[in-house]
Amino acid sequence: MPSLRTRFASLRSRPQHRELGAAIGLTLLAATGLIAPATIGGALAQTPERIVVAGGVITEVLYALGLEGKIVGVDTTSQFPAEALRDKPSIGYVRALSAEGVLSLKPSLVIAVEGAGPPDAVSLLNEAGLKLARISEDNSPEGVVTKIEAIGAVAGAAEPAKRLAQQTKARFDELATLRTALPAKKKVLFVLSLQNGRVLVGGRNSSADSIIAMAGGVNVAAAVEGYKPMTDEAILAAAPDVVLMMRNSGGHNATPEELFAMPAFAQTPAAAGKSLVRMDALYLLGFGPRTPAAARDLMAELYPDAKIPPLKTAAATAQ
Amino acid sequence: MTLAARPAGAMTATALASFAASRRRQAVIAVAGLTLLCLLLTIVAIGQGAFAIAPGRVAEILGTRLFGDAAELQGRDALVVLNIRLPRVLLGLLVGAALAVSGALMQGLFRNPLADPGLVGVSAGAGLAAAATIVLGDRLLAGMAMKLPFAALPFGAFCGGLISTLTLYLIATRQGRTSVATMLLAGVALGALAGALTGLLAFLSDDRQLRDLTFWSMGSLGGASWTKLFVIAPIVLPLLLAVPLLARGLNGLMLGEAEAYHLGIPVQRIKALAIVLVAISVGASVAAAGVIGFVGIVVPHLIRLAIGPDHRLLLPLSALGGATLLVAADIVARMIVAPAELPIGIVTAALGAPFFLWLLLRRASTLDG
Repeated sequence: MPSLRTRFASLRSRPQHRELGAAIGLTLLAATGLIAPATIGGALAQTPERIVVAGGVITEVLYALGLEGKIVGVDTTSQFPAEALRDKPSIGYVRALSAEGVLSLKPSLVIAVEGAGPPDAVSLLNEAGLKLARISEDNSPEGVVTKIEAIGAVAGAAEPAKRLAQQTKARFDELATLRTALPAKKKVLFVLSLQNGRVLVGGRNSSADSIIAMAGGVNVAAAVEGYKPMTDEAILAAAPDVVLMMRNSGGHNATPEELFAMPAFAQTPAAAGKSLVRMDALYLLGFGPRTPAAARDLMAELYPDAKIPPLKTAAATAQ
Repeated sequence: MTLAARPAGAMTATALASFAASRRRQAVIAVAGLTLLCLLLTIVAIGQGAFAIAPGRVAEILGTRLFGDAAELQGRDALVVLNIRLPRVLLGLLVGAALAVSGALMQGLFRNPLADPGLVGVSAGAGLAAAATIVLGDRLLAGMAMKLPFAALPFGAFCGGLISTLTLYLIATRQGRTSVATMLLAGVALGALAGALTGLLAFLSDDRQLRDLTFWSMGSLGGASWTKLFVIAPIVLPLLLAVPLLARGLNGLMLGEAEAYHLGIPVQRIKALAIVLVAISVGASVAAAGVIGFVGIVVPHLIRLAIGPDHRLLLPLSALGGATLLVAADIVARMIVAPAELPIGIVTAALGAPFFLWLLLRRASTLDG
C-alpha cells in the first residue's frame, strides 16, 4: 500500500532522528535494566506510584501538576514538555503499545487516553492486574477542564488538579468574553502541510477546527472532514482571510511570499493582506492547560487591530 | 553446486552419484542446522524481553506450568512468560512457517521465482477488508450503539482474503481447468482494484485510523494471545500437514503441466488443493499478525540455494526456515527499541534482504544455469 505510506508520511510532522536517538538510548537503558533487575524490584517497594503515560495531554498535565518525578515512561505523543521524552523511556506510539514493554517499567498505574491501544495490549495490561485509567479525549473547553480533573484524581493529586482545572476554566471563560467583543469574524484556513504543492487542510472535527473556533475565527474548510487534501479551486472559492500553519513542522516552512505565490492562494484575501500566522504545533493543538493562552494568542494574531489583551486570570501552569 | 549448471547428459554415472551424495549431505546439514537454530532462537525468544526475568526463573515458571501446581504461578513475571511471550513465540513459529511454505508452494505452482503468497490475492483482499474494518467499522457500529468487537479486524481480514482468492480462482478456472497464467494476470488486476479501494479508505480515514492502517500493513506479533493461537493453529496446520502430499506433485509440475499430467500427477487437484490451503493459511496469518512481507519470497529461495529444488525437502525446510526467521525478527523487534517495539515487517526485510543479496552475489552462477 504505497499510497498509504506516502500519505502517512505527509501527515506526520515529527523529525525522525529523535526517534532513533530515543531508540539507542532505550536500548542502553534496557541493557542496564537486564543487568540489574533486583534494584528495580527494590525501588518498587519504596515508591508509592510509578506512572506510565500513554497520551501527550496526560504528560503535559502531570508535568503541570509537578508530578513528573512519578512518571517512569511516556508514549511518543508526549512532546510537551520536551524533556518528557528526553528524560523518560518511550513506550512507543500511543496506539501501538507493547504490553511487555509497559510491564517492564513496573508501573503501579497506567494513565492512557481513550484511543490508546491496540486492544490486545490493553487487555493484557488489565490481565496483569495493573491499575489502568482511561482519559476521554475531548477538545472542547469543558472537555479540557474535565480531563485535567480526571488525570489529577487518578494520579493522587485531586486537589491541585482541581485548582488547575478551575484556573483553566476561568481562562476559558475570559476567552469567551473576549470572543463576544470581536469585530466581523475572520475566515481561517488551517494548512497542515504543503507536500508537493498538495495542500492538506484541517476540516470540521479536526483539532485545528476546535482551536480556530476558540480563537473566534471561522474555519473555511468546514466542508471537509478531518485533515484532507483540498483542491486549489476549492481554496480559492473558500477565500480565507488568514492562513494558519504550524511552525517548524515537516520541512514545509514556506515563506509568506512562497505560499501566496502558489496558484491556490494567490487570489485569496489572505494573499492580499499577506496574512500568514504560524504557531507552535504542540502549543496550538495540545488541548491541555495551555490551550486558553494558545487560543488567546491565535486570536491576537487573527485580529491585530482589535488589541486583544493578555488573559488576566493567573497562568495555569505550576512549572 | 556447479555440477547443476552442466547438462545432465554430459554427466557420467559416477559424477551423478557423487552429485546425489553431495546433495544428500547438504540436505542433512541444512536440516540439522536449521532445527538447531530454530530451537535455540525459540529458547532465546522465550527467555528475553523488555521485562527482565532471570533465565532460571523463566525455566522455573515453565516447569511449574508443565509439571507442578499451576495455581502457584502468581505475579507479573509468570504472566509475561506464559501469556505474553509463549503465545507470541508460538504464533511467530506458526505464521513464519505458513508464510514460507505458502511462498514455496506458489513458486512451484506458478513456476515463477517471483511468486509469493500474495499472488493468489489473499494479501490484497485481506488488506482491503482490514482497511474497511479500521476505517468504517467504528462508524457503522456507532449507529448500533456498540463498540467494534475485538475479533472484528482479524475476522474481516480472513474473510476478505478468502473472498478475493475465490474470485480469482473462479475467474481463472474454465471447464475444470485452472490457468495459472490467467490467475497471475487477474491477480494483478484484482490487486490494483483492492489497492485503489484501500487508497479510498485511507482518504476517508482520520489521522489515527491512518496510523492504525500503516502499522497493520507492517505487521506485528504484538497481539498474540492463547485465544488467537487456538483459533489460528487449526486453520494453518492443515497446510503444513499437506506438505508431503503436495511435494511429489510439485516436483512433477516443474517439468511443465502437460508433462506432469502424462506422468500421472493429478494436476488440477494439486492446483486446487495448494491454492485453497495457501489462501486459508495466509489469510489466517495475515489476520493474526498483519502483513509481513518478504518471508514468503526469500526463505524458499534461500533453501533452494542451499539444497536444490526438490520439493520433498524444500517445503519442510521452508517451514523451518520461515519459523526461524520470524522468531529471530521478533526478538529484534521487541528488544531494539524496548519498552516500545518495531513493526516486524521492517525487521524481516532488514535482516533478510542483505543476507539474500549476499547469497545471490556469491551464487549468481547457479541461478543462471
